[in-house]
Amino acid sequence: MARYALRRLASIALILVLVSAIVFVAIHVLPGNAATLILGEYATPEALRTLEREMGLDRPLLVQYASWVGSVVTGDWGVSLAMKQPVATVVGYRLRNSAFLALAALIVVVVVGIPLGTLAALRRGRPLDLAIVTATYVGISIPEFVTGLLLLLVLAGPSLGWFPTSGYVELASGVTAWARHLVLPAMTLTIALLAHVVRQTRSGLADVLTAPYIRTARLKGASPRRIVMRHALRNALLPTITVLALDLGYLMGGIVVVEEVFAYPGMGRLIIYAVQNRDVPLLQMCALVVASVYVLANFAADLAYAWLDPRIRYS
Amino acid sequence: MTSLPPALGVGGAILALVLALSFAAPWIAPFPTTEQHMLERLKPPGARFLLGTDQYGRDLLSRTLFGGRPALGLGLGAVALGLVLGVPIGLTAGYVGGRLDDLVMRVVDAMLAFPSLLLALLIITALGASTGHALLAIGVANGPGVARIVRSATLALREAEFVLAARARGERHLYVMFGEIFPNVLPPVIVEGTLRIGFAILAGASLSFLGLGVQPPAADWGLMIREARQYVFLSPWPLLVPGTALAFTIVAFNLFGDGLRDRLGAT
Repeated sequence: MARYALRRLASIALILVLVSAIVFVAIHVLPGNAATLILGEYATPEALRTLEREMGLDRPLLVQYASWVGSVVTGDWGVSLAMKQPVATVVGYRLRNSAFLALAALIVVVVVGIPLGTLAALRRGRPLDLAIVTATYVGISIPEFVTGLLLLLVLAGPSLGWFPTSGYVELASGVTAWARHLVLPAMTLTIALLAHVVRQTRSGLADVLTAPYIRTARLKGASPRRIVMRHALRNALLPTITVLALDLGYLMGGIVVVEEVFAYPGMGRLIIYAVQNRDVPLLQMCALVVASVYVLANFAADLAYAWLDPRIRYS
Repeated sequence: MTSLPPALGVGGAILALVLALSFAAPWIAPFPTTEQHMLERLKPPGARFLLGTDQYGRDLLSRTLFGGRPALGLGLGAVALGLVLGVPIGLTAGYVGGRLDDLVMRVVDAMLAFPSLLLALLIITALGASTGHALLAIGVANGPGVARIVRSATLALREAEFVLAARARGERHLYVMFGEIFPNVLPPVIVEGTLRIGFAILAGASLSFLGLGVQPPAADWGLMIREARQYVFLSPWPLLVPGTALAFTIVAFNLFGDGLRDRLGAT
């Protein structure tokens, strides 16, 4: 287990290096470098060259890449061009807000998705199963910005008005107000994510229920409730962990749109802000942070999987 | 993932309808997409404007009929680009194997660590916002996933008898890859491509919704929803009409792709 973790850690380090290279290449090799982005397309050649020299853009690409990676690793994330604030400060605050949102959505997905999937597996082929599968299928197919706006229209509209239409309140100024701002964006993400977990639980449980040890338990006279809760679910749920980790990638794409819909100050909205203002230092760190979170989450999921299932021996 | 039983038929039927309506838009749309009726803004569905009007009094039915064209074009075009990029890379990596395969797959894995919308956003920052750039960005973002599927299908066929026979005949590697292996990896490629169209349409609509894809005053579902957002409490129709069209189209592509996968027996 420890050796497996170490080997995976080495390959993750390699992936993170490649991830940083992709971010760098996407922004620096494509036409229009940072100096053109800052000065606009009508800048004089002299002004461009001066700024390029100031920013070190006249150096060979590999040198630029190395110096960028060097400063990132040593904690110097640069200054946002549009916000005039240190990138690390901005990203830290926004990452925390997004983490609240993502965590809320994931918790609801687990709490709602696993029982729904279990119910569907136990009623396989019946109307209830069909209803659950169809509803989650539709949920995953409707774009988040449509779901979000529909929820907004119904639950935050003038007639009901249960939740604020947008924005964010600091946790320090009251848990209730904070949570109320979280509900609609989290609900939107949940609707988009529910399908994966429901399907995985449903098919995993359906497979396990045909296993000989379940038959044994049944013949012993164990109650159906006990069979599902104590015997079947434990084994059926393992792959769900992997699905959840993969969903995190989906979640981080969804967060961009959902945060924009609800004007929620997280990473997603920060990324859009960076794109709209062509704020290169900010954007490249956002991209790097988001991809790193995803890679590390998958690593954590693999470890959890190996820890929970002693039968798995990674060689 | 399990698909619903009548997936192929239902998906195919909705798809045919969406494609036919988008194609026929110039003949069946009752109004030009940019014609403004300032006295009839944000109207609910009625006799003159069958599905209502938007904030400039433009006919929602006409705009939604035309709005499918950029959405479908973006989805189909981006997936085509993803296939053009991903298929040769996957074929080469799987066929050549060894160090090259290792290297290519590491890069592919690293690219897959980005949510595809984020990768598209990076590219759009460098190029600027437009429909063409959105297509390019989503296409490039689709490449690695396609490469991975093609590579694993190729790997399974590398030592197949017909491949060994072709090599023993002295065929060139390029011929073996594209003439012998490629036709045999087509079923999973077709399934993967179809399933990706739904997601590409979703990604394209998301970009347009964020103001980074199709630009006004064009009629496009994502862009229409972006514009409807401000007025959603005054009139829900500018959101509901293109939103329904978009949702139905994506559901249809997903159903069709899932049904195709079950039918072709690909993974």
